Amino acid sequence: MDPAMFGLRLALVFAVLVHFSLLPTSYSLSSQDLQIVNAERRIDLTSHITRVILTLKVENTGTSPASEILLAFPPSEVDHIALLQAAVVVGKKKKKSYLPLDVKPTEVSEAPNETKFFSVSLLNPLSAGESVTLEVPYVFTHSLEPFPLEISQSEPQLVYYHDSAIILSPYHIKKQTTVIKTPSAKVESFSKVEPTDRAGTELKYGPYEDRSPYSFSPIIVHFENNNPFAVVEELVREVEISHWGSLQITEHYKLVHAGARHKGVFSRVEYQSRPSLSGVSSFKHLIARLPPRVHSVYYRDDIGNISSSHLRKDSRKSDLEIEPRYPLFGGWKATFVIGYGLPLQDFLFESSDGRRYLNFSFGCPLAETVVDKLTIKVVLPEGSKKPFAVVPFPVEQQRLETSYSYLDVVGRTVVVLEKKNVVPEHNSPFQVYYEFNPIFMLAEPLIEKEGIVKVA
Amino acid sequence: MEATNGTGKSPPTPAAKPDLLSTSSAFFSDFLKTLKLKTKQQELLIRVAILGLVYILAFSTRLFSVLRYESMIHEFDPYFNYRTTLFLTEKGFYEFWNWFDYESWYPLGRIVGGTLYPGLMLTAAVIYWSLRFLRFAVHIREVCVLTAPFFASNTTIVAYFFGKEVWDSGAGLVAAALIAICPGYISRSVAGSYDNEGVAIFALLLTFYLFVKAVNTGSLAWALGSAFGYFYMVSAWGGYVFIINLIPLYVLVLLITGRYSMRLYVAYNCMYVLGMLLAMQIRFVGFQHVQSGEHMAAMGVFFLMQVFYFLDWVKHLLNDSKLFQAFLRITVTTAVGVGAVAMGVGTASGYISPWTGRFYSLLDPTYAKDHIPIIASVSEHQPTAWSSFMFDFHILLFLFPAGLYFCFKRLSDATIFIVMYGLTSMYFAGVMVRLILVATPAVCLISAIAVSATIKNLTLLVRAKSKVANPGAGKGASSAKASSKGLPDQSMPFQRNGAIALLVGAFYLLSRYATHCTWVTSEAYSSPSIVLAARGAHGQRVIFDDYREAYFWLRQNTPPDAKVMSWWDYGYQITAMGNRTVIVDNNTWNNTHIATVGMAMSSYEDEAYDIMRSLDVDYVLVVFGGVTGYSSDDINKFLWMVRIGGGVFPVIKEPDYLVNGEYRVDKGAAPKMLNCLMYKLSYYRFGELTTEYGKPSGYDRARGVEIGNKEVKLEYLEEAFTTSNWIVRIYKVKPPNNRCWSQLCASTRLDFGIWLHVNVVAGSMHSASSTLNWVLFCASFIITVFEQAFIITKMPLAFKRHRSSSKANLCPLRAIWKRE
Repeated sequence: MDPAMFGLRLALVFAVLVHFSLLPTSYSLSSQDLQIVNAERRIDLTSHITRVILTLKVENTGTSPASEILLAFPPSEVDHIALLQAAVVVGKKKKKSYLPLDVKPTEVSEAPNETKFFSVSLLNPLSAGESVTLEVPYVFTHSLEPFPLEISQSEPQLVYYHDSAIILSPYHIKKQTTVIKTPSAKVESFSKVEPTDRAGTELKYGPYEDRSPYSFSPIIVHFENNNPFAVVEELVREVEISHWGSLQITEHYKLVHAGARHKGVFSRVEYQSRPSLSGVSSFKHLIARLPPRVHSVYYRDDIGNISSSHLRKDSRKSDLEIEPRYPLFGGWKATFVIGYGLPLQDFLFESSDGRRYLNFSFGCPLAETVVDKLTIKVVLPEGSKKPFAVVPFPVEQQRLETSYSYLDVVGRTVVVLEKKNVVPEHNSPFQVYYEFNPIFMLAEPLIEKEGIVKVA
Repeated sequence: MEATNGTGKSPPTPAAKPDLLSTSSAFFSDFLKTLKLKTKQQELLIRVAILGLVYILAFSTRLFSVLRYESMIHEFDPYFNYRTTLFLTEKGFYEFWNWFDYESWYPLGRIVGGTLYPGLMLTAAVIYWSLRFLRFAVHIREVCVLTAPFFASNTTIVAYFFGKEVWDSGAGLVAAALIAICPGYISRSVAGSYDNEGVAIFALLLTFYLFVKAVNTGSLAWALGSAFGYFYMVSAWGGYVFIINLIPLYVLVLLITGRYSMRLYVAYNCMYVLGMLLAMQIRFVGFQHVQSGEHMAAMGVFFLMQVFYFLDWVKHLLNDSKLFQAFLRITVTTAVGVGAVAMGVGTASGYISPWTGRFYSLLDPTYAKDHIPIIASVSEHQPTAWSSFMFDFHILLFLFPAGLYFCFKRLSDATIFIVMYGLTSMYFAGVMVRLILVATPAVCLISAIAVSATIKNLTLLVRAKSKVANPGAGKGASSAKASSKGLPDQSMPFQRNGAIALLVGAFYLLSRYATHCTWVTSEAYSSPSIVLAARGAHGQRVIFDDYREAYFWLRQNTPPDAKVMSWWDYGYQITAMGNRTVIVDNNTWNNTHIATVGMAMSSYEDEAYDIMRSLDVDYVLVVFGGVTGYSSDDINKFLWMVRIGGGVFPVIKEPDYLVNGEYRVDKGAAPKMLNCLMYKLSYYRFGELTTEYGKPSGYDRARGVEIGNKEVKLEYLEEAFTTSNWIVRIYKVKPPNNRCWSQLCASTRLDFGIWLHVNVVAGSMHSASSTLNWVLFCASFIITVFEQAFIITKMPLAFKRHRSSSKANLCPLRAIWKRE
């Protein structure tokens, strides 16, 4: 291995260690002297992405100050968590502000039933007798389970949601409520754990008083959800930087309708004549939110251009409305490619130390979709050195590749980032830093000239 | 004076842009004057410039389809070529050569490597690999799309040299310009038309040119070049048979007209022997050059050449004309006799295969209609209508006889060749529409001779007078004398004006030709036929992309091993775009298989179900234009399915589908027509749809009638997908029913009854006196009797359904044979 390459690897490893420490630290549940005074959980089931906001008021009843608070999840739920954040609420009512906190997965030695934990590190240790209010938003994917598993064209889509009426926690909870919001008032059934109350599209469990640690009370909500269950099984985004002034993005999608599987006949005559009754859970168009000043947009697949797309541009964003070749029913798939160009000056900057960096949005531009596996490939210009990426949340894998494009000699360095389970909340900017000597920009025109001279 | 002379002598400007070039020629001559070039150099420069422009023009006029639609592969066969090219570039040559394709012709499969002409795929792959090597990151699709225009450009260069060889460089330039935009050639070589013909016409013309060059020079090198050109042609297109028959015919004509020469001997022998050996390397052609009736003419002429050479030698030795005459008679008789006997023995023993149906249908245009419906069913195999000659050749149609006249006036080995090429190919063009393509180069060359010769004569006239006019201010008499020498006919008055008028007329015609060609190219020949475009009510462009919608649906939402049954037209597209196995495709090598599909389509649903089960069909795809008014759909092709199916399976009879010899789908249609599978699949639930305002529901827009059977019920198939404009409809073949419940109970109860009975009988053997046993015995007997009664009444119904499917499972096609 050549030393430069080794250096690159080292830089990458270093970056991984610094920015996304994934190593769970072992933890002992010795400090049981925290308790939750009040817990409120709001579960939003209106789309196929489950969004939960958990508000905890934690009090230190012990003697020693506590610096970390544990959040517990059943093992089945942990795999579906796409995003987990925590913030501490400062100030009262009108002057409320949120300070983000660090969240890490941990292991607790005496956890019952393989409960999984995340620890939230507080900014200032919570001294005895004090209390603090935490806001914990988190996002689940694939947590709605269609039942019946297969539906015909005329049936609506019903799904199960499994959870516990009582918040799973290693601490004693004095008072808690859970509110579940469903997309419509059409709820087939729901478990009752008294007091349970249903009003319109909201289900309210609780308030429950004085529950001991690790209390659990499983509930099932069976309700109608006809929102598009658009899941991108695999998304590869290629960002190609050209210092000649443009950024070329190519996105390869493998889209699937992850709701209840379509069964039996697909009748076009019914789909066309009774759109409100037929195929309510299917979807036929999606909106991709692209950056402003986008140009040369194309939308195609393996067998050619797909003519059904519309682009609307304004100064803040560009909306690309795409229609797959056919409406997507449960279990149907579609693969396609979206490509577009962007002006370089909007995304490429020079840092104070002379390095250049790309500042680009991480997630999937399609609205309300889950990406099971996202790969971002940043193709740096030929001759770039020492690249490394900075991402605001953990990514599973980072590596370097080499790719060849028009008139390349040594090939271009490609920074590859991979992440599983990506939701729209991940659409935040990430950076790729690299060193580049502008003299390399002239390489390709020179090669071209030389080639022409030789041919002539 | 020198410079004007130079431009005056320069060949007539190409027809493409006469007005542009005529204005530019004045500018050109000024420019050349400043450069102080000699006349010859100027001519060369102009010639190269014109050729360069023609080269670019030929390429760019074929790009309409890319600009109007997208860079995509067109039509049917090109999809197969594209798929194989993709395979070649991904897996390499060796894998390609040995490719057994199990995705087509299920369950037979197809040995692709041995049943295709690999020239086109290899050409595209070589272009692709070399571009990749030069670091041009192109996609193979772009290479495939642009292969045909690229070769069309190359053809113009060959046409130039050919014209130069046959007539002069002026004719060559005109030929290059004419062929660059001739619709007859463009129809098969627009961007995206990735078919064998795209490169084959180049190869054909190259072979002919090199052969004529070899005959003219007697050079081994040119003959060798011609052999390699022939090899390339054989590797690219089945139309090579035309070469291997035309060249011997030409040689024969030369021999008969007493034009035998050493040059001819060298050219033909070298070309034939080497060309034959090289052609044998193509697996699809193999030993056909020595074993097939279509190639025997070439071999016969080859031996005849040897006899001629031998006779020549003997004549040289003998020096006695009387003796030689006798010898000649004996030798010729023996040679012909031996040849005939060899031919007879070869044919009788089966060593030499007889002519194929396609070959017959070329000689006898009515042959295919009577004997091979599958050839007759293809629209491009129909005899050509006059209008399409006019459409594809325009003024060339009138210039062609004029060119023939010029050729006959100046007979040489080369002009004889071009005349023969022109006449034979025009005949074939009359027999089959698609062979207009083969005739196009000949027509262009011969027309170019006419144009070039005429314009040259006219300009000579014009310039001769101007010579008189310019210096002749005071010396009228002497200049008149001078002009009388230069001009053939002085008596005609207004000669100069007449010549000018004729010139203007010629240029007007040529400009009409250019306009016509461009119009035809843009309107008629640049549609990919996968994507249909129409004008909406408000004049906007409406795109029907239903084919790709359906194929992509198949690709994404059916099991990867699903078998799709459709009429063979769509086979290549389904495998290439849908990536699914098909039963039949456009490579119509197995007539029986196609007939089986035709029979399924034209049978009742339950009979068709047996056939489909026996072929493991999972999906059936039909094309239907009733909603959009798209006329080349399956209902309009249906009679051919009946005919082809009926040709092999006589149970299908064409009159069953006709009423008074008329083919119709409305209420007056034949009952069999209204209930056959194709009708049901096309019109399933169509009766509920109102397609046009003011018309009843179920109004078929493609045929302009209200359909006859609006209550179509399907029992064995279910609608799986229909595209947004209903053009493609896909049905799923349901799995066979489970054995029904009563039947299942019956069989178990029967078993139980017998078991009890047997047990009781066995038990009673041990203690016969026991009354309990006696009671049990009676009970079991009664149960058994009841069961039997139940089974006898119920079972036949239950079994009837089960029988057909299980039989089909056991022996595919037995169900079909039995019906015959």
